[in-house]
Amino acid sequence: MKRLEGRVALVTGGLRGIGEAVAARLAEEGASVMVADLDASDGGRLGGNMAYVRLDVGDESQWQAAVTAVRARFGRLDILVANAGIGGTGPIREVTLEDWHKTMRVNLDGVFLATKHCADLMAESGRDHPGGASIVNISSIMGLVGLATAGPYNASKGAVRLLTKANALEFAQAKLPIRVNSVHPGFVETPLLVNSSPQEAIDFYHAGTPMGRMAQPSEIASVVAFLASDDASFMTGSELVVDGGWTAQ
Amino acid sequence: MAKLDGKVALVTGGTSGIGEGAVRRLVADGAKVVFTGSNETAAKRVADETGAVFQRSAVEDPAAWEALSAFIRERFGRLDIAFANAGIEGGDGSVENIGIEGWNRILAVNLTGVMLTCQAAVRLMRETAGGEGSIIINSSMSAYKPMGNFVGYSTTKGALIALTKSVAIHCANQGTKIRCNSIHPGVVETAMISGIIEGNPDPAAARAAYEGMAPLNRMGRVEEIAALVAFLASDETAFITGSEYSIDGGSTAGMMGV
Repeated sequence: MKRLEGRVALVTGGLRGIGEAVAARLAEEGASVMVADLDASDGGRLGGNMAYVRLDVGDESQWQAAVTAVRARFGRLDILVANAGIGGTGPIREVTLEDWHKTMRVNLDGVFLATKHCADLMAESGRDHPGGASIVNISSIMGLVGLATAGPYNASKGAVRLLTKANALEFAQAKLPIRVNSVHPGFVETPLLVNSSPQEAIDFYHAGTPMGRMAQPSEIASVVAFLASDDASFMTGSELVVDGGWTAQ
Repeated sequence: MAKLDGKVALVTGGTSGIGEGAVRRLVADGAKVVFTGSNETAAKRVADETGAVFQRSAVEDPAAWEALSAFIRERFGRLDIAFANAGIEGGDGSVENIGIEGWNRILAVNLTGVMLTCQAAVRLMRETAGGEGSIIINSSMSAYKPMGNFVGYSTTKGALIALTKSVAIHCANQGTKIRCNSIHPGVVETAMISGIIEGNPDPAAARAAYEGMAPLNRMGRVEEIAALVAFLASDETAFITGSEYSIDGGSTAGMMGV
């Protein structure tokens, strides 16, 4: 039997990059996956045990609709991967309040709303597994260390790290069967990052990483799948760094 | 095909507790396993039940590492995984009452022993496995939450964080694909802990005290720690190096509310 057979996952930002790899990996391990993303133009890539729901993660009313859709379609929710994120860089004196709020809305509000609206259904579903239900929040190494001119992004990802720990403790204390952990990827070779970065930045991502390369999205997905499974049943409130040694140097 | 098929793993301190659990899990996932320790009776039981190979060897003894490396080279021809697990706490105490012999003994096993494990593993992985491999170091949540009455244990477990990162950076800078990561278990219900609980005048209270140390309100199981070891040993974690993975039921995540 596959490790995630019979489980239902919701992956935000699931049509591209890390989210796409996560959705594919969870499905490969037997889970039914609700892919949430802004637009369905890439929806042709959805596999057999996947469904799509349109979701702007910063919009609370859309979250209520998304969870209703998950309940209607699958009847349960065992795994939540809060992956949707956007950039947020620039010299701090030039960052507009509007840009700041835009980054926080997706990267931080999106994780808060995900947890808030999925927790009830996950608490029900989590009783069926020894390891409970599992929330995996995708933070970043930029949630651990600063980077010049990445203030908004750093702040949003650092906030996700501690929101994760507070929620892990809260659910444990309330005896709700939901584990909460964060994943901190280094530089990942996603189309979004590669296409938006000048060559000198790409060179920096490779050369600055002790392992001398960027990560493949599948290398982040494998960690998410581990955290989603009962193999990680004693892990909650943990931060899993996947960065080729970046933060160790 | 199991995910560790074809790989050879070394587990130090594999005759009981987390080490024994790791031997069992790595074998179940397809690896050939050699394990060390000093308790030959326990070793025979683990070897008989798993097919893993026991070698009596002391992690703090450099000469023993030469013999063990030669054995691995001849018997298995390669080394892909090393779980530096052996550790002690006997002879420990607070900063006011620990004796120098106890302190030196704990440093020798918990710190020098792990360095020697890494040294032998890196050499073998470069020589026999094309410079690829995974080293997993068993630290403890005591690295983050040092105990006042275990100054030696806490100090060595903290030092293992820096040792792990130094090994990881070296191996990456050398262009190898040898990874090195630390794990940090909370309180785990090993036979040793069970014995302490049963030996307490009020076993129920002792059990509740241990369980209450984690927000999940239970102790970890050996199998749960072994699952993380097996994950970090696998090719699934090819981009993970120099990391510290807590596995403690939330113990180091922060404070419980009132």
